[in-house]
Amino acid sequence: MTTTSAPPEPPRPKRRVGDRIFAGSATGAGILILVVLAGVAAFLVSEAWPAVTAPAGDIPGGDGLTAYIAPLIFGTLLAAVIALVVATPLAVAIALYITYYAPRRLAAGMGYVIDLLAAIPSVVYGFWGIAALAPAMVPFYVWAEEHLSFIPLFAGPASATGRTMLTAGLMLGVMILPIISAISREVFSQAPALHREAALALGATRWEMIKMAVLPYGKSGVIGGAMLGLGRALGETLAIAIVLSASGGITFNLISNSNPSTIAANIALKFPESTGLDVNTLIASGLALFVITLAVNMLARWVVNRRADFSGAN
Amino acid sequence: MAKRIDVSDLDIYYGNFLAVQGVNISIEPRSITALIGPSGCGKSTFLRSLNRMHEVIPGARVEGKVVIDGQDLYGADVDPVDVRRQIGMVFQRPNPFPTMSIYDNVAAGLRLNAKKVKKAELDDLVERSLKGANLWTEVKDRLNRPGSGLSGGQQQRLCIARAIAVEPEVLLMDEPCSALDPISTLAIEDLMTELKERFTIVIVTHNMQQAARVSESTGFFNLAGVGQPGRLVEFNPTEKIFSNPDEKATEDYISGRFG
Repeated sequence: MTTTSAPPEPPRPKRRVGDRIFAGSATGAGILILVVLAGVAAFLVSEAWPAVTAPAGDIPGGDGLTAYIAPLIFGTLLAAVIALVVATPLAVAIALYITYYAPRRLAAGMGYVIDLLAAIPSVVYGFWGIAALAPAMVPFYVWAEEHLSFIPLFAGPASATGRTMLTAGLMLGVMILPIISAISREVFSQAPALHREAALALGATRWEMIKMAVLPYGKSGVIGGAMLGLGRALGETLAIAIVLSASGGITFNLISNSNPSTIAANIALKFPESTGLDVNTLIASGLALFVITLAVNMLARWVVNRRADFSGAN
Repeated sequence: MAKRIDVSDLDIYYGNFLAVQGVNISIEPRSITALIGPSGCGKSTFLRSLNRMHEVIPGARVEGKVVIDGQDLYGADVDPVDVRRQIGMVFQRPNPFPTMSIYDNVAAGLRLNAKKVKKAELDDLVERSLKGANLWTEVKDRLNRPGSGLSGGQQQRLCIARAIAVEPEVLLMDEPCSALDPISTLAIEDLMTELKERFTIVIVTHNMQQAARVSESTGFFNLAGVGQPGRLVEFNPTEKIFSNPDEKATEDYISGRFG
């Protein structure tokens, strides 16, 4: 006769104490990040709420929250876009020079110096911007007003101090240069030798090799780096607060003394003397910045991660 | 089209390190010349010196002469870029450009050489090159798909198509089948036999049966000793190398007694 016994329990995988502690602390750290993020978001929303629901007349400026925040968002984006437009091509050129043109010893030193740019505190950039860059730009602004004023960007009147949106954007550009060039350098140097040699063996010059094998490979990395730089430029506070002569209003005129402020700089300048609903309004603008920055960073991550899909090694 | 290569007293250095010493060899046009030998004996280095690809490594240089139909490849006024346009190369691992379509891969070399080519001409050339590489029937319906979607053997034939599209005088192949299965290998070997009607082919291989099957002449490279530079030990018709070689070292290597 046969008895059917229950199949033996599969042996439980042995879990060591060290593994469990590590897994637990890693999970905890991951959850902590989410909790902090959610906490910041909840704080911003709850503190911004009174400003959202307040009657338009009570908001500083007297025209409601949207009218208050819109020029700030505009100013923030304008400064960041100028920075990006200036810094990205320069950063790509620097990265290409370091990875494929410079003699090896020079390349190492140069990479190091560029990285140092990222270590300069933003208050120092601010001083540099107002004391060196702004005065140096004035002659250009005067010239641009005279000869280029048919372009709305250079409508003038030219600023006598140089504390313009263009100066601020250029300064931001220098600040984000190391971020973009570091990431570009990284992806360019990873361009597979296999494909670089394929291009060279076809009789490509060095530049043609870069066009065929390096740039297509590094493209999404550069985009990701630019987005990270954009995130930094959007959130920059102190340097902008020092350099930019802000008077509000939406304008594309880059060379005059009346510029829209940026969200971060505006908060820094106004917060100490604000009370009551004014504080809620500033926090509401901070919420807007939080959302924009989060979106940009998520976009950047997504673009960078897409690189995994075409490794080229398949 | 196909040209003869004369190499005399060629020494190849990486910085101060002498990698290959004193190579003298005459490679016949419209034939396949195989280079065999143990790993690290300098056969790939020598092959790459034939189209100056070894110069990709900083510090690499040569002494001696490589002459293709009277033209010294290492003459003072010779641009390595021009050399590589005349002498195509196929690598060990298939390396089609991953971001380009099959069509663009084949057209890549031509677009470098002559900037302005009519679309119809280019279409024609791509078709001819893919047919030349025995790949046309397999890919003609998906020319705009990425080359990296093909199998390893197909990718290697795509690389051959890309190399022959610019009508080089010489085709160098650095272990072109070592990453492929036997069926793909056979396809490439058949292709080589067809291509030798039009090109001078030099192939580095670790597969001695392959050298015996496809080549007219075979060169055996070996190290003189540990830390010594590689040398061309023997260069003879393939039949002779595999039946009655002049050198004892060649016989030992071929019969598997060492290396």
